[in-house]
Amino acid sequence: MGSRRVALGLWVAGLAFCLWTITHARFVADLSAFLPATPTTAQRFLVDQLRDGALSRVMLIGIEGADAAARAEISRSVARALVADPRFASVANGTTSGFARERELLFEHRYALSPNVKPERFTVEGLHAAIAETIDLLASPAGLLVKSLVPRDPTGELLAVLERMRPAAAPRTADGVFVSPDGNRAILIARTRASGSDIDAQAQAIASVERAFAHASASVGAADAKLRLTGPGAFSVLSRAMIVRDVERLAIASTLVVATLLLVAYRSPIALALGLVPVVCGALAGVAAVSIGFGTVHGITLGFGTTLIGEAVDYSIYLFVQAERDRAPGNDAWVAGFWPTVRLGVLTSIAGFSALLLSGLPGLAQLGLYSIVGLVVAAAVTRFVLPALLPTRFRIRDLSPLGSRLTRVAEFGAKRRWIVAVLAVAAVATLVVHRDTLWDPELASLNPVPMSERALDAELRASVGAFDARWMIAVNGSTADGALAAAEAVGRRLDALVADGKLAGYESPAVLLPSTATQRARLASLPEADVLRTRVAAALAQTPLRPDKVEPFIADVAVARVAPPVTRDTFKGTAIDHALDGLLFPTSSGQWTALIGLRSPIGGTIDAAAVRYAVHDAGNAVLLDVRTEVDRLYAGYLERAQIMSAVGAAAIVVLLLVALRSPARVARVLAPLAAAVLVVAGMHALMGTRLSLLHLIGLLLVVAIGSNYALFFDRMAHIRDASAARTLASLALANVSTVASFGILSLSSIPVLNSIGGTAALGALCALVFAAMLVTSDRANDRPGGPVA
Amino acid sequence: MTTTVSSQAPRAALPGSAIIVALTAFLACMLTPTGARAADFDLATLFDRLAKERPAHAQFRERKYLALLTEPVESSGELAFTPPDRLEKRTISPKPDVVIIDRGQIILERGGRRQVLELAENPGIAVLVESIRSTLAGDLAALLRAYSVRLDGDSSNWRLVLRPRDASLTTLVERIEIGGADAQMRTVEIVQADGDRSVMTISPSTVR
Repeated sequence: MGSRRVALGLWVAGLAFCLWTITHARFVADLSAFLPATPTTAQRFLVDQLRDGALSRVMLIGIEGADAAARAEISRSVARALVADPRFASVANGTTSGFARERELLFEHRYALSPNVKPERFTVEGLHAAIAETIDLLASPAGLLVKSLVPRDPTGELLAVLERMRPAAAPRTADGVFVSPDGNRAILIARTRASGSDIDAQAQAIASVERAFAHASASVGAADAKLRLTGPGAFSVLSRAMIVRDVERLAIASTLVVATLLLVAYRSPIALALGLVPVVCGALAGVAAVSIGFGTVHGITLGFGTTLIGEAVDYSIYLFVQAERDRAPGNDAWVAGFWPTVRLGVLTSIAGFSALLLSGLPGLAQLGLYSIVGLVVAAAVTRFVLPALLPTRFRIRDLSPLGSRLTRVAEFGAKRRWIVAVLAVAAVATLVVHRDTLWDPELASLNPVPMSERALDAELRASVGAFDARWMIAVNGSTADGALAAAEAVGRRLDALVADGKLAGYESPAVLLPSTATQRARLASLPEADVLRTRVAAALAQTPLRPDKVEPFIADVAVARVAPPVTRDTFKGTAIDHALDGLLFPTSSGQWTALIGLRSPIGGTIDAAAVRYAVHDAGNAVLLDVRTEVDRLYAGYLERAQIMSAVGAAAIVVLLLVALRSPARVARVLAPLAAAVLVVAGMHALMGTRLSLLHLIGLLLVVAIGSNYALFFDRMAHIRDASAARTLASLALANVSTVASFGILSLSSIPVLNSIGGTAALGALCALVFAAMLVTSDRANDRPGGPVA
Repeated sequence: MTTTVSSQAPRAALPGSAIIVALTAFLACMLTPTGARAADFDLATLFDRLAKERPAHAQFRERKYLALLTEPVESSGELAFTPPDRLEKRTISPKPDVVIIDRGQIILERGGRRQVLELAENPGIAVLVESIRSTLAGDLAALLRAYSVRLDGDSSNWRLVLRPRDASLTTLVERIEIGGADAQMRTVEIVQADGDRSVMTISPSTVR
């Protein structure tokens, strides 16, 4: 009994270690874990952006209900609270006091910022042309507005700067705050300091907003005002909440259903409790392994964990039910007779899940590691620990009578195995017919955030304009100024496209903050005061503007010539600074990225080839089509998962060939699995469900679980003893519990879980039935000269 | 005869108002009181007649007298009004420039650039525009919410003097004087607080 004590000791120590690891684990829930770890430059950039970038920090806050005045008052109050909150880097709600501070700064630095400042503009001819333009403007309806600027800015540089910076679409305002186009919703745009994937920090930021809103609506007396929050961070928090809620609910439901089933079968609470020991150990070990291996545990992995209940419970079922009537479970006879089959089943599952582990996609690799460790531990605990835990006279109800009835059913089915062939052929035909729409090409299908929330997000984004950046060009530099210089190089190429009408325009951080070199070049083109005064006098000779009226201009130019260049700090705390946040930022690798947003020509689309060609030799510029890039990313990911699944399937075949040493036997074991996979896939196609990556994982699970069934049927066909009936009963019980737990998973509102659950539940059922029909019939065929069933 | 009416002060005003003021003036020009006897001629009478809207086109010539410049700058173009709520000022010389007020929007076009402002974004401008519309609709009460209005002269030679009630508007526009005779608007003069002024003379063209 020494080895048993060692096993028990190891088990207790292992459990303690797992529990300690899990209590120290960090749980995450952002979907970017399901994006590739080693994508292309463009994709890595996108993934970075989605996970940690400036885009991930945007929080959109909508205030609905009450009346417009109350909404505006709440908006102002919330904005005040968030400005003072260290969790937020910035808040914009439209109360910008007319951008007075920004205007002042732009006016002060107009000669560094205006694209028109060039040496030729300050010659006599250049000055004359610019000032004549301004005099024409004075005659226009805007004349009365601009006249006060003329003495200091007769060449119109402030207007040039403003014109250049004017956004494509500014949010609408009412009662002094941003509102939706229909005016029924006040909108605030906040940026959190924490990245969108830092869910704990995002949850705190959301709590801050909720507190500020509750306080504001109470003090305004608008009890019917409602708060709506969207953005990557808000979605991460929502996803995590949904996943946690679903995982809890499903784990409880799954455990209850499986426990009830086992209680009905065993009629022994002790057997039930003991039967769940391997499951719990497997789940704990799986989570601990993921935590150690990946540093974080994804919420989806936990959700997936409930599926392990369905598969891991099988091992104790085999142990208990297959034991001979008069012998204790786990005796040497079971170890010798059944353990090799269970072990082979575990190995085939490992082969299948290795595909996930090696897929190079962090989210999937977690599922793979979790499953492998979970199953190995569950099986090992069943084999080495559980027998030692059993009370000395432990027996469960004999399920042989049930087994005998099932044997007759199986034999009945085996005579009609052509049905399986027909189903498989029909499934193949269905798959062929639907081959073009079989796979879902969109990543969005993995998103647990409800459609209504995503629609709200799109609506809010449309309301505030500016963020609808489908087409972007990213350029890198080793410093912020380097990135700005690169953005200017790209901008010069884009200017040509704008002139050709191929683009309506673009938004570049270099427009807001030109590179130091550009600023110096502009300031260097300003003449000295005396030179300028002489040229102005000549330029104004034939105009109604007298040179003495523009002395302030000459003074301003003299100051500008020696002023230091504008830096990011110049704009600190202004709307320009906030705009730069989203367009110029450091990357994880220590470089700086400048993002240039492209505007489609009016009524047209962006000619990607033309843009790509225009910028192809402009440094390291990369044109991004965010929407298709994300989908392409997923398509590549799906393709990779398909390949890895095929590799996993091949590994299973090799493993079985080595273990069974008979290609014919291997073919018989695999036939029901292949049929089950085809029928389930065909069923999805028939019902119009497009297969995602998750269905693929579900199918992989079908192979992993089904291989256990097929191997037991194979064993029954070859080792014919009195255990056959009990074996069949154990398989039926294992199958019912598996189908039940996956079936419950299919009720989840989270696509990741319900796709896997629905696929695996149906597949496991098919696998058992098909194995019974195909592998049982083996018995008759194996007997030389025997009757063909 | 002189009529002065006052009302409560309006809420707020914003930049950009000069355009609106100009348009107000233009609109006023579109108002075509029918002949009336001097004895009956007061604001109520004038606005009763103004309430009858119809499409109108006119040529304008505008001179701006600015302290900044040694001589006035001149512009000219066309004005058009389409009832009930579309107003256009098309400057042709010296540079093409279009200002349109259509329902809730102000559309500005100059140098190939088009800019749309929402009236709702600018309550101050909205007050001005709504007062224009009130005038067109003969809604004197609404006009009086934004301006104090004085009417001088008689139906053959009258002058409306509008003074913004809003203190922030008065820094931009001290007063608007609209002169007319019988059914014709002749001049619109916008006087700024610093003494700069613009004078628009209007000559009706045939309805297109």
